[in-house]
Amino acid sequence: MKTVADLKEGEKGKISAFLDNKLALKLLEMGCLPGTEVKLEHKAPLGCPYCISVSDDYQLSLRKSEAITILIEKNDSSSHR
Amino acid sequence: MIVALIGNPNCGKSSLFNHLTGLRQKIGNFPGVTVDKKVGFCKVSDGSDIQIIDLPGTYSLYPNSLDEQVVLEVLANQNHPDFPDLAVIVADSSNLKRNLLLFEQVNDLGIPTVLALNMLDVANEIGITINTPKLEKLLGIPVVEVNAREGIGLEGLKLTIFRALENKSIHENLDLITLSLKENVGKIKERFNLKTDYTALQFLSQTDKLGFLKPKDVLFLKELATEMNFEADEFHTKEVIDRYKDIGETLSQVIEVEDEKHSSLTLSQKIDNVLIHKFWGYVIFLGILFLIFQSVFTLANYPMDLIDAGIADLNNLLKSILPESKITDLLTDGLIAGVGGVLIFIPQIAFLFAFISILEESGYMARVVVLMDKIIRRFGMSGKSVVPLISSMACAVPAIMSARTIGNWKDRLITIMVTPLMSCSARLPIYTILIALVVPDDKLFGLFGYQGLVLMGLYLLGFFSALIGGWFLKKFLKTNEQSFFVMELPTYKKPRWKQVGFTILEKVKTFVFEAGKVIVAISIILWVLASYGPGEGFSNVEENVTKLHPELNGKELEHKISAEKLKNSYAGHFGKFIEPAIKPLGYDWKIGIALITSFAAREVFVGTVSTIYSIGADDADDATIKARLRREVNPDTGEQVFSVATSYSLLIFYVFAMMCMSTIAVVYRETKSWKWPIIQLVYMSALAYFSAFAVYWLLK
Repeated sequence: MKTVADLKEGEKGKISAFLDNKLALKLLEMGCLPGTEVKLEHKAPLGCPYCISVSDDYQLSLRKSEAITILIEKNDSSSHR
Repeated sequence: MIVALIGNPNCGKSSLFNHLTGLRQKIGNFPGVTVDKKVGFCKVSDGSDIQIIDLPGTYSLYPNSLDEQVVLEVLANQNHPDFPDLAVIVADSSNLKRNLLLFEQVNDLGIPTVLALNMLDVANEIGITINTPKLEKLLGIPVVEVNAREGIGLEGLKLTIFRALENKSIHENLDLITLSLKENVGKIKERFNLKTDYTALQFLSQTDKLGFLKPKDVLFLKELATEMNFEADEFHTKEVIDRYKDIGETLSQVIEVEDEKHSSLTLSQKIDNVLIHKFWGYVIFLGILFLIFQSVFTLANYPMDLIDAGIADLNNLLKSILPESKITDLLTDGLIAGVGGVLIFIPQIAFLFAFISILEESGYMARVVVLMDKIIRRFGMSGKSVVPLISSMACAVPAIMSARTIGNWKDRLITIMVTPLMSCSARLPIYTILIALVVPDDKLFGLFGYQGLVLMGLYLLGFFSALIGGWFLKKFLKTNEQSFFVMELPTYKKPRWKQVGFTILEKVKTFVFEAGKVIVAISIILWVLASYGPGEGFSNVEENVTKLHPELNGKELEHKISAEKLKNSYAGHFGKFIEPAIKPLGYDWKIGIALITSFAAREVFVGTVSTIYSIGADDADDATIKARLRREVNPDTGEQVFSVATSYSLLIFYVFAMMCMSTIAVVYRETKSWKWPIIQLVYMSALAYFSAFAVYWLLK
């Protein structure tokens, strides 16, 4: 099972499910629906938090502990820009 | 008539508010900078005034932090004094899908709505076109195009608001009522006299978040929820997914996207490559802080010297043209000396607020949150605490209020408790004057002024003690509350200079009038206390001095008399009374007077010192505050009063001391208990006293 935390900088994936119900609600409201493409843009200098872009529309920042609750299907064909 | 502006963070809502009302206030790029209710007035088409409320930015009616909760509490409560007659939903057109979620929710509460499509230029740039008339038709409510940044489309919006208020119609989007809910939702609607099913469902699913409900109502709703097996989270999830489906269907008919969609993020991402770089990110952040301190000290010096000299000239001029009398003394030594102590700091405060407002406007502040989160977490806070901590360099009061965006209670409480340790602009006057007294005006490597470096050192001292304070509090406070960090990173934007200018103007005005009021009042009281004294000790000063020092005459005699008069005045008695307590810190009774008067607000210190030392000083050379302090000698030992040891001891004292009534009041308001402000006052005072003590004995 891959999660957003497994992405390398510049890699993309499609959200498939959430492991934390409460956080899932917050992310849903912020527009991260299952099937949405996310890309890991940056890891902060000390490895946390992460900056991800959501369907190339806007960027979110979240902690590693939050990123590991977002399951993804890795999108290998588009791992480079 | 009340119109509420509602929208996601960073949708341009606050800009629109400013354009509509002309009432200037702070707008930032950071999610949720609108921490409190902001109200303004706006003239609509028939010339009547309507009240406009700027509600905090939120993604939905389900709050994750205190300022988001405000939105729910206002909108779900028909009896709320701010319950709007009309809601204007401001939407970021480049991300319409997400923005419409909140729109549908507000709409379904039964509040008449207008949709304002903002940032269409951004949407067009990335290849999105929106068919506005069709959207209006599908949504069944008025839709207006605006450009909040440039202030375009305001007349159209005002007209639409006017018409919508004339002809209030509501439109429900989504039927979320399943058969099992039907009967009970009816019960809730009846009991609370609610307009729509969705409002009733909000009462049912967010009972605990609705602070206005009475205990018996809460009980009723909870029992009902248990009875019908109502799962709030399940309902919430279903609601969000159903709404997105509905919105998706609507938008597919009105939005056209170019095949090759451009990302609006490209530029921001490139900037981020540098600004949140592992190495350069921190270098740049420190560099920016350094630049701020250097310019606050060096650039601001020129206008400050001008003001200082101007006040001195004015005082000398008045003294020479007005007849010698008590009133003249009160005007010059009391009032003008005190006011001068306020005016002189305008340049520094202006510079500081300019920088902070640019950091927020540009979107950089959110990156600082990212850079600092992991570091600051070790000290019991969250990356989001960086915003209060940095704003606290301007003033702790709005800073403590901005801690509301921190969802976690423990993180928030620790932030509130340590924020006043950050050096605020009110300490700046004290720092400035004392640094100028004891730090040479030289440059290290011919580049960095020593005075600026010491100033930066004091700010860093405040910052590090805030971190250490957080680390201690973390050990004592326990919580099981779950909360999230996740936040949106706004794209970088060019700061609107007009906005920055207004922020500066507003803050300087507040400083001059709010602090000025207190300072002028205290200056006058102080002058009275210093010019009159109790009993014979005071009235016989002249006689006694002449008797005791027959060798003195002319100027020297006059000096001696004024000095003795001050000593025997009411202020002198106060100062003498606390002298034993402050002597170990290296302060005399005159400084004692300043410590007492500045208890309500630190900025009073300089005004007081300036008033005290101008009594009995009449030489033109002594006219500036700096010169007066430098001249001051201890009559017993003949040593300079503001020696290196005493000055540094005072500097350290003011870094730590909690001398601000407004901060105490706002901490009480934000924590809803006296426990926290009292703990804060005690720990900060103790820290100030013992550190100042240590510094004095080390340097002596």
